Amino acid sequence: MHTAAGVEACLPIRSDMDLVWVRQHVRQAAALLGFGLVEQTKLITAASELARNTLVHGGGGQMEATRVSSGGAQGLRLSFSDEGPGIADLDLALSDGYTSGGGLGMGLSGARRLVHEFDIDSTPGAGTTVRVTCWVAQPPRPREEA
Amino acid sequence: MPEHEADGQLATPTHEVRDFLHRRREQIAQRWADEPLFRTVFTVSRDEAVEAGKAVVDALAQVADSDRVEDPDAAGFSGVREQLARMGAARSRAGLSNTQVSSELAALRPPVENMLAADLEQAPPEHLRACSTTLTVLMGTLRLVAMQTALSEWQALSDRQRMQLLEVATPVIRLWDGIVAVPLIGTLDSARSQVVMETLLNAVVDQHARFAILDITGVPTVDSLVAQHLMKTVAAARLMGAECIVSGIRPAIAQTMVHLGLDLDVLTRASLSDALGYALHQLGADIVNPGAGQR
Ligand SMILES: Nc1ncnc2c1ncn2[C@@H]1O[C@H](COP(=O)(O)OP(=O)(O)OP(=O)(O)O)[C@@H](O)[C@H]1O
Ligand SMILES: [Mg+2]
Repeated sequence: MHTAAGVEACLPIRSDMDLVWVRQHVRQAAALLGFGLVEQTKLITAASELARNTLVHGGGGQMEATRVSSGGAQGLRLSFSDEGPGIADLDLALSDGYTSGGGLGMGLSGARRLVHEFDIDSTPGAGTTVRVTCWVAQPPRPREEA
Repeated sequence: MPEHEADGQLATPTHEVRDFLHRRREQIAQRWADEPLFRTVFTVSRDEAVEAGKAVVDALAQVADSDRVEDPDAAGFSGVREQLARMGAARSRAGLSNTQVSSELAALRPPVENMLAADLEQAPPEHLRACSTTLTVLMGTLRLVAMQTALSEWQALSDRQRMQLLEVATPVIRLWDGIVAVPLIGTLDSARSQVVMETLLNAVVDQHARFAILDITGVPTVDSLVAQHLMKTVAAARLMGAECIVSGIRPAIAQTMVHLGLDLDVLTRASLSDALGYALHQLGADIVNPGAGQR
């Protein structure tokens, strides 16, 4: 069985260096849960985008990683939260190419396409939380060691 | 000059401490010269250690005079910052941890405190208590200043090393007349991308390159920021008259880029050698690979 150790964590997002740790952690957690290479890469890339938004637009915050399971399927849930300015127009922020700064404007919309579940909770003036979940395509066979 | 004993009134604790430091400057410095922090750093002569000690005593007195015993930014400390940094650095080089250096700094306090207690033996106990608290605070602030200085030195060193690493980590290789390549390795953060771009553009100019190959085999994640950096580099190289080819996009990364919606708008090739083959062909320098077919 896979334990929560090595998967569950709460990481600060305060500097560029923290983004490196976030990606490292997601890589390791996804590998532990049995994600394939493509799914791992997608999830790490989504995490990289969301963590950078937390840092750049949200003024810093944190990422929480949790293991989830449903009907025998294993998944990894990542929650990025900040107490920054929030997003006034979610539809606009989620459209391809929209950026309020010098970015490409592909981070948020692209991250949504890279994961299975995506939800965003933002209150202008109070902060933003983006939660994403990815499920392992082929759940690890639970009885393989028995 | 001090209001001290003018009409039987006691000086304020800070001023009492200041006067005490002036009065006992020589003895304190002599005493400190035997402490490891001074003894092991100023090895040329004992006098040197004593002089260094006096400089610290003077700084403390000046800080007390300005009534800012709790303030590590007090002007009085500025004169000894560099000296403290040198002392801290010397102790670190000698193999001491930050904690050990910090306790050596802490060890400077008790002898001074004893002298203060001896000097104020006749003073009312609450006055002595107030003065020794002030001295404790002042010595604590000194310790903080020393540690801060050591940390910022360390930070500066690590920044320098980081810069050096950035430079060595981006070699531009001349593959052929008119063809240069940069194998990108690791995280392409903004600082590294800047260095990559500059080194590459310099190489393009110096070597009159017509083709520049950016090989990203060693880049673990390509997100929108990395893509943006790559695109900027490509655009800049184009302005300098060189065509860029991005090679080494691994399949998982390619799929991810498609989902993310990233279009590099640049020539891509699977591997560095494919990119080289393409560039050679464009330059009219086709080579027949004697090992063709072995792959
Ligand atoms: N955590 C956040 N807090 C506040 N605003 C945000 C946050 N995340 C995203 N936004 C807003 O949504 C916009 C779109 O985000 P998106 O990540 O798509 O683009 P970007 O960050 O500007 O550029 P890039 O393509 O480099 O990521 C941002 O420009 C910003 O205005
Ligand atoms: Mg973004």
